[in-house]
Amino acid sequence: MNRLKASQYLPDESIERYSRQILLPEIGVNGMHKLSAASVLIVGAGGLGCPVAMYLATSGVGTIGIVEYDVVELSNLHRQIGHREASVGFSKAKSLVSTLKTLNSSINYMSFETALSDSNAKGIVKDFDVVVDATDNVSSRYLLNDVCVLLRKPLVSGSALRWEGQLTVYNHKTGPCYRCVFPKPPPPETVTNCSDGGVLGPVTGVIGSMQALEVIKILLDEDGVLYGRLVMFDGLSGSHRTFRLRDRDPQCAVCGDEPTVSELIDYDAFCGSSACDKIPSLKILAPQDRYSPEEFKERLLNDPYVHIIDVRPSEEFAVCHIPDSLNLPFEELKASPSSLYEGLQDVIVVCRRGNESQLAVKMLKDLGVTAKDVVGGLQAWSRLPGVSFPSY
Amino acid sequence: MCDISLEFAGGAELLFESRKKQSVSLPPQDRPWTIDLLVKWLAKNLLKGNPEMFIHADGSGVRPGILVLINEIDWELLGGKDYRIQNNDSILFVSTLHGG
Repeated sequence: MNRLKASQYLPDESIERYSRQILLPEIGVNGMHKLSAASVLIVGAGGLGCPVAMYLATSGVGTIGIVEYDVVELSNLHRQIGHREASVGFSKAKSLVSTLKTLNSSINYMSFETALSDSNAKGIVKDFDVVVDATDNVSSRYLLNDVCVLLRKPLVSGSALRWEGQLTVYNHKTGPCYRCVFPKPPPPETVTNCSDGGVLGPVTGVIGSMQALEVIKILLDEDGVLYGRLVMFDGLSGSHRTFRLRDRDPQCAVCGDEPTVSELIDYDAFCGSSACDKIPSLKILAPQDRYSPEEFKERLLNDPYVHIIDVRPSEEFAVCHIPDSLNLPFEELKASPSSLYEGLQDVIVVCRRGNESQLAVKMLKDLGVTAKDVVGGLQAWSRLPGVSFPSY
Repeated sequence: MCDISLEFAGGAELLFESRKKQSVSLPPQDRPWTIDLLVKWLAKNLLKGNPEMFIHADGSGVRPGILVLINEIDWELLGGKDYRIQNNDSILFVSTLHGG
């Protein structure tokens, strides 16, 4: 027997790389073997997906899959810390995997540059042990829930908006699935996304890091997994609370005793909203009540006295606005549609995307003010040649 | 008398003048206060936003996507909208988040 050569169950490099976590009794050599044999699918490479993927890669999870259809934008970088300035305009899935490789090259990475849908979800999810919901919309959340129930995979679900985050594990042991807790999707008009409501980077960082933690506990078969409980984090007040959730519902449409959903369905139709978090364009006004961005530009160039009312919130108006435009936030207009505006004629209403401006025009018309809005709002305006207006 | 503490989170506070916490004394009435009655009372007395953002379209209970937590426990475990509110209960209405 060669006693000069150590008897060891992990290669030298792994022992050194993972030494600080191997020292934890709950991990040790056995735990490391469990992690390196495991595969985890992360759906979404955004504010949540980045920290989840980065911590799981550095922890030595053997196979990590990333599903993401979108490309990196400059407005992602404040929170999506797995992407770099040089990646703007390129695939998010590829960008994140290239970052992960610099953190730990010994992991097997798979990237799926596609939107998860009812037709491809089963094929993508089936080979993974645990699934992470790091998506940003209701439709994808129901789709992921159902595919995880049908394929019996635990689903580590996180979400964040503004200063707040929420976290739980669905479809694990006696705990509920997403549909047990939310049998019906919310009305689309009640859902706010990050590009409208805003979100702070460290908030997605907190929730994403906690999702990585839950994945590791599931892979180690630990008892403290957050199933049947909901964590709510409020970064603004510094509070972090855990609530008891209901158990699995025997009446649940998908995980119940007599399920009515046994195959994936059309989730965009079920939720009344689509899986991408881009904002739909409303059509409220007749075409003759609206200016195209080009017509608006003509008016601005030729009529020095034109009245422009900008109905965005004052915070957004303070970021950038058309010179000489008047800020009258939509919420204020709605709260007091008063005689203040009487006598105002020939007003042009603008907003960020040309949705609320239509509602505002309707309201002003009811007050006897003649008004038109601009199709596509300031976003379309900013894309006109010769116009200098930042996009945000 | 029924003194309760109300909390709103996840964006639900935006329907209540952005106040995340408030203490409320529910007026005495013949029947016991339930969550269903509380939701209707809130809609009439404290709600400042669009009622459809808070109440279920059929006029009973909260809309889908709002979770009610009574003393840190899912209302579903306590009888849902028929739960009888007790003095000093802490009731949290949380709108679920979907961003990421």
